Amino acid sequence: MAGTKEMNMAKAINLALHEALERDENVVVMGEDVGYDEGVFRITEGLVQKYGEKRVIDTPLAEAGIMGTAIGMSIYGLRPVCEIQFSDFANYAFNQMESHAARFRNRTRGAVKTPLVMRMPSGGGIRALEHHSESREATWAHVPGLKVVMPSGPRSARALLHSAIQDDDAVVFYEPKSLYRLFKEEVPDEIETFPIGKAQVVKEGKDLTVVSFGASFRVALDAVETLEEDQDVSIELIDLLSISPMDHATICKSVEKTGRLVVVHEGPRNLGIAAEIIARVNENAFLSLEAPIKRVTGYDVPMPYFSKEQFFLPDADKVALACMETIKF
Amino acid sequence: MPRKPIEITEKIEYLSILDENANVDTKLEPKLDNDTLKKMYRFMLLGRRTDERMLKMQRTGRLGTFPQASGHEAVSIGSVSAIEKTDWHIPAYRELAGMLYRGWSLEKIILYWNGYEEGAVPPKGVNDLPYCVPVASQLLHAAGVGMAMNIKGDKKVALTYFGDGSSSEGDFHEALNFASVFKAPVIFVCQNNQYAISVPLSKQMNCKTLAQRAVAYGMPGIKVDGNDVLAMYVATKEAVDRAKAGGGPTLIEGLTYRFTPHTTADDPKRYRSEDESKEWFGREPLTRFAKYLQNKGVMTAKDLEEMEAEVDAEIRAGIERSETLSKSEELMNPLAMFDYLYGEETEHLKAQKEELKQYLEHKKKGKKQQNHTAHAGSAK
Repeated sequence: MAGTKEMNMAKAINLALHEALERDENVVVMGEDVGYDEGVFRITEGLVQKYGEKRVIDTPLAEAGIMGTAIGMSIYGLRPVCEIQFSDFANYAFNQMESHAARFRNRTRGAVKTPLVMRMPSGGGIRALEHHSESREATWAHVPGLKVVMPSGPRSARALLHSAIQDDDAVVFYEPKSLYRLFKEEVPDEIETFPIGKAQVVKEGKDLTVVSFGASFRVALDAVETLEEDQDVSIELIDLLSISPMDHATICKSVEKTGRLVVVHEGPRNLGIAAEIIARVNENAFLSLEAPIKRVTGYDVPMPYFSKEQFFLPDADKVALACMETIKF
Repeated sequence: MPRKPIEITEKIEYLSILDENANVDTKLEPKLDNDTLKKMYRFMLLGRRTDERMLKMQRTGRLGTFPQASGHEAVSIGSVSAIEKTDWHIPAYRELAGMLYRGWSLEKIILYWNGYEEGAVPPKGVNDLPYCVPVASQLLHAAGVGMAMNIKGDKKVALTYFGDGSSSEGDFHEALNFASVFKAPVIFVCQNNQYAISVPLSKQMNCKTLAQRAVAYGMPGIKVDGNDVLAMYVATKEAVDRAKAGGGPTLIEGLTYRFTPHTTADDPKRYRSEDESKEWFGREPLTRFAKYLQNKGVMTAKDLEEMEAEVDAEIRAGIERSETLSKSEELMNPLAMFDYLYGEETEHLKAQKEELKQYLEHKKKGKKQQNHTAHAGSAK
């Protein structure tokens, strides 16, 4: 059997980029400071030295420019993997993504496609300055035609990034930046892909289903492990991985078994990912519910500056509390 | 040191070869063979007559709202005739003549403005993108296509268009900058018709010319009489040759005028004086080119008349084909709205497609029942 290597998420994403550039000459990496600086989070380490400036492109500082030219490059036959330095600045590129990356295939009845990836670090927890900590995945997931994924650790990051790069559609690839160097995990030597649009049941359980993704998934995992140790409960934990398309079937199947659901995410609550999950459960598994569904999410305010960001973010205690309230209802 | 405002020392040239009275500057006149000249005129005419016919169709409820292109034929044809089939043509939305020249069929054009995605499917054999509605956004695609040509080592160019109003959008500036930084082989052609719907160019920018913006991005810029198809050809050809030789992008400003409203939903009398319009109508691009062809002995008055009849017949046939197609089961299938969004079918779209299908069947049944009841009622 093939082996594995232990690495952190930053390294795993870097590995996927190296592998993709190696495997497919149409793959190019582009963005601000992705060349000799190797990215502000050092995710593009060693790329320009190995693959040259033609394929690892330091772009001018302009997000619409990056995504707009990437669209042109993808139409021409390349597979651009773009880095937006912080997801908060992807707003500049929203029009290009919404009006073009998400639609070219549809408006040309399949004739023109835009296989590209928009990678971007997101979320709080690293005491970053203003405009560097938001989670707006719901905004992007709302756009028909875009795919939005978010890994929760090294292995899923590397596998999902390969899937995103190989995908013929535009994929928004969120990187929860607090996880970049938080922990290490075994990553297989062989390249693996995780299918976009599929969630993973990470741990089976009987009394409650918890769904989460990204950095919040680690928080949810913490809470679930503590609860199972301290209390006589059995919790099923699902890592969403793909925000759009969303794997409602896996969630509903789990809720049919447990009858209870808690959804955890860092982005704001109003019209958020949890709201969509709850609507789907309502449509497909309503009669299995034994308790109202709870959400543990960011609040409907901009991320507070970092002196108080910990109060905004879901933490294991908040999640544990919501889980026990739901179980005891 | 005293502070001095920056003076732009680069001279912005204004290129004119065939003036409004059909006088030719023979020193600058391009050497084009008769067939090419005829083809250029034919597609200018086809563009103009199609535009006129489409307006009539729109006024009688046979076509949706569309941005008219009459007056923009010389900018479009002068530039598009300077590139090869293998080059890329990335229009905005007033390049009707150029799109026809590239092989877009009349039925596709009409289908597009009649609300059918099928009209946005590029023709085979050329590298074209469809109409682009969000202004200036297509310029970045052209810059990206040009960058990709460099990465792949292909000796091709991307020819793209925008209006004077679009030059205020950020995407315009980012596109010029990216193309210039990466020496991308891109020709940016401005259809400067002097108005962004109602707002005149003087309120759009505080520069003397649009072309001078090239200076700030480190690329050549030239202003051209946009009603002079020969000047547009010469300026574009020079830019194409330079780009293919590795010289990077060029900005070409074609000065022209909309002989029509912005779209069929607009009334230009609210913002353009009749005197001004009259003056510009006199500079119309087709008349002078027809005279040029006659003076040169390329076409006779009779040839021109025959061509007009031919073009009109072609348009009639195109409209007929488009109207047949637009009633076809394939193009009227509402369930197809789910079929092209992603490379593969997703569960949620599969479910939504089924939902719409069932609703349509339910409605059909209801109608049948209603008809049945009505029939039974009348039989009584």
